[in-house]
Amino acid sequence: MPASKTTSPKTVLELHVNNHPGVMSHVCGLFSRRAYNVEGIACLPEGGGETSRIWLLVEDSNRLNQMVTQVTKLQDVHRVNRHPGNHQVFGQLRDIMTS
Amino acid sequence: MKRMTGAEATIRLLERQGIHIIPGIPGGTNLPLYDALSHSEQIRHVLARHEQGAGFMAQGMARTSGTPQVFMATSGPGATNTLTALADAKLDSVPIICITGQVPTSMIGSDAFQEVDIYGMSIPATKHNFLVRSAEELLTVIPEAFRIAASDRPGPVLIDIPKDVQTAMLEFEQWPEPGKPNPLPPFSWDDIEKAAKMINAAQRPFLYIGGGVVQSGASELARALAEKTSIPVATTLMGLGALPSDHPLCLGMLGMHAAPCTNLLLEESDLLIALGVRFDDRATGKADQFCPGAQILHVDIDPGELDKIKTPLLGITADAKQVLESLLPMVEKRPRRQWSERVSRLRHSHPLDLPRADDIMAPYGIIQAVSKLMEDDDIITTDVGQHQMRTAQAYPFRRPGRWLTSGGLGTMGFGLPAAIGASLAEPERTVVCFSGDGSLMMNIQELATAAEHRTNVKIVLTNNNALGLVQQQQELFYGNRLFASDYKHSPDFAAIARGFGLPAVDLDGHPDPEGELKRIFSEQGPCLIHLPVNASDGVYPMVPPGAANREMIGGAEHACI
Repeated sequence: MPASKTTSPKTVLELHVNNHPGVMSHVCGLFSRRAYNVEGIACLPEGGGETSRIWLLVEDSNRLNQMVTQVTKLQDVHRVNRHPGNHQVFGQLRDIMTS
Repeated sequence: MKRMTGAEATIRLLERQGIHIIPGIPGGTNLPLYDALSHSEQIRHVLARHEQGAGFMAQGMARTSGTPQVFMATSGPGATNTLTALADAKLDSVPIICITGQVPTSMIGSDAFQEVDIYGMSIPATKHNFLVRSAEELLTVIPEAFRIAASDRPGPVLIDIPKDVQTAMLEFEQWPEPGKPNPLPPFSWDDIEKAAKMINAAQRPFLYIGGGVVQSGASELARALAEKTSIPVATTLMGLGALPSDHPLCLGMLGMHAAPCTNLLLEESDLLIALGVRFDDRATGKADQFCPGAQILHVDIDPGELDKIKTPLLGITADAKQVLESLLPMVEKRPRRQWSERVSRLRHSHPLDLPRADDIMAPYGIIQAVSKLMEDDDIITTDVGQHQMRTAQAYPFRRPGRWLTSGGLGTMGFGLPAAIGASLAEPERTVVCFSGDGSLMMNIQELATAAEHRTNVKIVLTNNNALGLVQQQQELFYGNRLFASDYKHSPDFAAIARGFGLPAVDLDGHPDPEGELKRIFSEQGPCLIHLPVNASDGVYPMVPPGAANREMIGGAEHACI
């Protein structure tokens, strides 16, 4: 993933979601509609494929709480965890994409 | 073992949810559903003339009953035509369920005839949506759609069903339980105690109540709280009717077209008790200058509304009715003499001015004349524009849940189909639809539906042959350069109504307009009442978009106190 244009602090959101073709649209649509920038996305199914996990690299702005509340309201989102911006998911992804 | 097609199962599941009326329009991809619907003894189909009309009819039924209602459309253009009604329901939290036909699963993604990605398109316009991939899924999706539409903060749900899913055979042992709303979210006693303390300590508190109070059935309790604590009440557009408008504590609507005293008093308050509201910009004006000296206590069932526009000192995610039930015994009975005197002083010095309110031939006068012919439980709908704001200002609202207007989305064309839906839901009531010529023309085809079903809808058309509220903004904020906001040709609305099969009267030049109005309201069935009005008559006061609520134009030029 490209180096971030901004230097503001980052957060990684980890979403536990139902796994069907529309979930990504629901999550990404919410962020774009509310004009909230997502800088990185990673997603993989887990367990038997019924659910998946989405990691989002986002800016740690004062609107983050509102975004987490809104994303938690989505019917297909079971749980949202917050991690520091240097979470290994994106660290390793960055290594792969710059290699 | 039960055995039937997906379409039959869908209709049976809707019956089990208590659905009795479905507005809609058939087409290529929902014909199996329509064939199954034709066999239903419980559900009556109402053939709309446009899918947006069908959506607003469902809204009319849902807004009056408070329960989820269903409408149907075919794929492609049928489906895209539903989007405005869905977006409107999302912003005003109305539980409706749209069932669209879709091209067969094997053809999805091939740009087949009448194929659009309505699932993708409806994501931001709905609370949730489904693309059903097998007939078996219907058994979970349909009850789930009803649960989601009615739970917490209600909203629209779309279910897209491919044609092959409708025709596929389905075998199952047992019907699923009908979908019901979730239990109401729990809240803490600590918060109620804190809220009571805030209210008891406040010198100049204000109640700011909205659609959430109406929807949770908390209107009576809100009134009881106001009366016990002597707190004045302002309502949002959606909250009108929560308190009778002639109640001594009722200060009517706040915001863009409020009475000057209401906006000025809100500025002075030291505690804003916000119940079931979302701090919409039409209510707050410039948000950071709204109630500058007030602490905020915000109760809403949607956690996303707390701290979205204004940061409350105390925010409670809960049902307004439950909170009020707990709060009421904890607040002190107080006369708040100083504040009450201040309120009544401003009421007298800065009231709402309704020009020519006693003249039936004037824009405000016709609203008041009609209101005298309506019973408390009769239903009022509006379109969007000057007539809508005038109705909000001048109609003497008496009951909650009888006022149907497009608040959040502001959809011109809402009024007529919503009125038809309300009348279908409650045929014994009179439904009046206040409209303007611009709005009425946006769903005028539903006059045919009104005539066909003999719905008791009285359309009161104040016609200025213009987009009046647009003109008003051009006059005020665009150097009086009126452009594209007046019509060069004036249609004969009475003739149009008669052409659709409705009786119509023109009050213009009528020797006895009062008597004529009375006669129309004493008769069953739809009617169009036409009244020409002057396009240069504005709606005042008006807060310019983006300005603070104290900056009212008209009615409060001398507002320095």
